[in-house]
Amino acid sequence: MSFTHSSRRAAPARRTTLTVCAAGFALVLAACGGGMSPEEAAQQGDEAPGDAAEFTGDYTGPAVELAYWNGFTGGDGPFMQDLVEQFMAEHENITVVSNTIQWADFYQRVPAAVNAGEGPDVGVMHLDQLATNAARSVIVPVDSIAEGLGLSADDFSEEVWDAGVYQDERYGIPLDVHSLAMYYNPEHFEEAGITEVPTDEESFMAALDALQEAGHEEPFWMPNQWPGHLMYLSLAWQNGAEVYAEDGSAASFASPEALEAAEWQRSIIEEGYSPSDVAIDSQYAAFKNGENSITWDGIWQINDLEESGVPYEIAPVPTIFDEEAIWANSHNFFITKQATADENKYQAAQVFIGWMSEQSAEWAGSGMIPARQSVRDSGVLDDTTQGVIAEQIDSMRFLPPVPGLGGVQAEALEPALSEAILGRSDPSTALERASEQATELMEQNLESFGG
Amino acid sequence: MATSAAQIREEVDTGESPTQRTPRRLVTHGKVTPWLFLAPYLTLFVVFVIAPIVYGAWISLHRYDYTLPGKPFVGLDNYLTLLTPGSITFDIFWDSMQATAIFTVTSVPLLLVIPLLVALVMNRSFPGRNVFRAVFFAPYVLGVAVVAVLWRYLLDRNIGLVNYYLEAVGLPGDIAWTTSVPAAWVALVGVTVWWTLGFNAVIYLAGLQDIPRELYESARVDGANGWQQFRHVTLPGLRPVLSFVTMVTIIASVNMFGQSYLMTEGGPGRATRTAIYQIAETGLRNYQMGSASAMSYVLTVFLMLLSLGVFWLFRERRG
Repeated sequence: MSFTHSSRRAAPARRTTLTVCAAGFALVLAACGGGMSPEEAAQQGDEAPGDAAEFTGDYTGPAVELAYWNGFTGGDGPFMQDLVEQFMAEHENITVVSNTIQWADFYQRVPAAVNAGEGPDVGVMHLDQLATNAARSVIVPVDSIAEGLGLSADDFSEEVWDAGVYQDERYGIPLDVHSLAMYYNPEHFEEAGITEVPTDEESFMAALDALQEAGHEEPFWMPNQWPGHLMYLSLAWQNGAEVYAEDGSAASFASPEALEAAEWQRSIIEEGYSPSDVAIDSQYAAFKNGENSITWDGIWQINDLEESGVPYEIAPVPTIFDEEAIWANSHNFFITKQATADENKYQAAQVFIGWMSEQSAEWAGSGMIPARQSVRDSGVLDDTTQGVIAEQIDSMRFLPPVPGLGGVQAEALEPALSEAILGRSDPSTALERASEQATELMEQNLESFGG
Repeated sequence: MATSAAQIREEVDTGESPTQRTPRRLVTHGKVTPWLFLAPYLTLFVVFVIAPIVYGAWISLHRYDYTLPGKPFVGLDNYLTLLTPGSITFDIFWDSMQATAIFTVTSVPLLLVIPLLVALVMNRSFPGRNVFRAVFFAPYVLGVAVVAVLWRYLLDRNIGLVNYYLEAVGLPGDIAWTTSVPAAWVALVGVTVWWTLGFNAVIYLAGLQDIPRELYESARVDGANGWQQFRHVTLPGLRPVLSFVTMVTIIASVNMFGQSYLMTEGGPGRATRTAIYQIAETGLRNYQMGSASAMSYVLTVFLMLLSLGVFWLFRERRG
């Protein structure tokens, strides 16, 4: 994805009222892909008080140009570009102008650009950024699109669906889900005589020991930065920790359960399974070079690994603690307040999102897991690498929809965890301090956004 | 009647003979004229320099987030928080100021001395001189992103080439260049010196070439040796250049951001987060622009004091 190296950043946060959202436009976006019957389309009418155009399946107005921003800079980029071209071929009166920006910059630029009226009309952002941008009223609710498409919680995993809601309104239409996964080198596994892919702590540690005996001295490198904090979140959730309060009022990085997660990460180094001081990206580079045997990273690396030619297999991250849980995120379509200034653009934007949402099967080629149950069930994942990860979709966990959480993570959690993993400070000291800091930031956010 | 000096000059200037002289009328302009000449620059200066400075100060008095409708006025709160020990902002900010200080104090002397040595060598004539000049200047044309990403991989503790070669020649090959201090500072300073020394060297070189050769000749006639020539001819001749280079280098070092952002991500922990880094995080990522502006102003005050110090150091001394 997208989430490649420097782009790893989540971003900022905050804000209250929602100006726009002229409710539904009886968007029958459904035309391109179905999902909504004429009856359903008709129902749209009642929730669009005094709405203007009520379109019936497609955008029929004058030619418009949509600015479409996304951060698909990795192996997923070409797939997105193909989809955009296909969309334009099918919709002659809509021109989509794509702008691809690294995610890291994306989240700083979009609010500024939208405020200046120079931003995207429509775009894709991560699930954990929706609340932030909703609170800043950069983006507008898309409940009407969801209804227009006949999308409902039933078609998504509950977690991913709920996380798109901020203050009772929906802000994103999920395209895909992507999580951490365990990549391993099958040749190393064979040398070590490992036949069963490890699934829990016991089998995982046994595998590490076997790999060491087979001559792979440091089989599992523990990164001190990205994606170290994603491992930490996964492990903490596995251990039953609540890292962030759902209401966004507090962080607890150093609860006993969460602390155990960080200590486990540190222990991997102390027990010699990982070299110390694993810097940014080097665990992944080492995996590509066949230097280590196992790495936990996002499924967006699939295409990159495929290209690199290294032998690899993918499996779910083992459940080191009690519960099955794994950090995940999701790409969501959004509409900005900028688009709502122009009725035609607003409608065309909805048509675009509706159409894209229908194409998530094709999007699976990018290495992602389609967010919709119906698409996953259709068999598109059968022959894909990520299929095995898609099966654990119910244990995927998302950050709660709290505005500003991205900034809190970058400012508080990541540096502290880095110190803990590097052994520069005791995990409990580092995480307690970070927890205080995060809570203070979150309180400020709540205040700024008016709760 | 004696002709005044001014009149003579006027005559010479105009080439008129005294006999043809008509009383010269001084063209007087309205008071507006100079301002009209200044107007284009002044407009740009006010719009792009003065206005942002004033606006920034205004922002620093608010809890300011441009995406929110409410930007409450908080007076000097943002500054007070920065100056109150124990608050989280205090620790974060002053840690970053300390990181900035460490970087500045270690990099500036190197960036003043090494390029000077390079320039002195480049100023001699020897075959291939231009090639060497180009070689030293070359890294400077690279963007910070290129430099940082390149060195990030070269310096990687576990998979980097630097450690590999260190080990190959029998030195310790397990130095954590980007994930431990002080190694990270050595790496950041080293990379910065490698990257930017060409710029200072070029300025020095220009300065060296401006020093009249006769001075060296007479120094030699007086029996001055190499060191004495350097001490009494080169250094004084370079003084204006030296003060410029010092100032520019200090400002550049205090503003260091890209190297640590890309090479260490501010790590280990937040040990190499410079003040600018922290300001960017606070203002652009966390949208606490009021607080970030306050930080900028505190940093500015430090920079101004430092500049005064440098000017004082390089002032023209009499006698």
